[in-house]
Amino acid sequence: MASSIASDADLSATFAALADPTRRAILARLSRGDASVLELAEPFDMSQPAVSKHLKVLERAGLIARGRDAQRRPCRIDGRPLKQAADWLGTYRQFWEESYSRLDDYLHQLQTKERARDNKKTRNHRRAR
Amino acid sequence: MTTKKLEIIAEPGKTSFTTRRTVDAPRGLVFEAFTRTEHLKRWMGPRNLTMVVCDSDFRVGGRYRFVLRAPNGQEAGFSGEFREIVPPERIVRTFVFDPYPEAEAIETLQLEEHDGKTTITTTTLHKTVESRDGHLGSGMEGGMTEGYARLDELLADMLQQR
Repeated sequence: MASSIASDADLSATFAALADPTRRAILARLSRGDASVLELAEPFDMSQPAVSKHLKVLERAGLIARGRDAQRRPCRIDGRPLKQAADWLGTYRQFWEESYSRLDDYLHQLQTKERARDNKKTRNHRRAR
Repeated sequence: MTTKKLEIIAEPGKTSFTTRRTVDAPRGLVFEAFTRTEHLKRWMGPRNLTMVVCDSDFRVGGRYRFVLRAPNGQEAGFSGEFREIVPPERIVRTFVFDPYPEAEAIETLQLEEHDGKTTITTTTLHKTVESRDGHLGSGMEGGMTEGYARLDELLADMLQQR
């Protein structure tokens, strides 16, 4: 099922890239708009080369793309691998979220029936006395 | 009103995962809904899937088998054996998904009642991290280094912001 959405290798690269808190913070920043390496390095106590290393990992995983401008090379987030990762995680969640939502309705039905039966019993009991 | 959110907790590198969900009904009723086939048929699986096999010999050592069919005819079957039954609070059973007969897992269902509501906790223990990750991804094998629940939230946030 999941293999039709993304290959195992793609997903492994995405998850490996996301396993680092700095890279997740970089992606969160880029989800608000494109930024240069300098701009990305600013909030972290980290050298520009260290940030560049993280950017390379993100780029290899296809999570970001770099601009052509030789000076600035702005980074841009690419949502597709994230969407694939979310879809993959969603399969199991979706199965049980939908099942539990049906269970909510079904338990409500059962309880309504039970209550109706109890009321009837009470009425019959009163009548008998 | 308690939260109706399904929690999925899977710590990195562990062979088990836990899910948690609260429903507005007393424990006895929830236990019946989880154990009697006439009830299970009415709620297990997404609405677009049909339960074509729903067999359960509900006693210690007894076996169960469920098969769900998608509109395109594709079927997904799983089965196992009951190991422990403590009404109305606890069931332990084995779990095998048809495509992976060698990856048998142990599932524990725990029901706790509070103020007329029931919290359903399931813990699934696999033999390997790969099987566990495969179970959560419904078939995908592969290493996963981040807690699913946290990652799931992060992804949802990021997708929303876009």
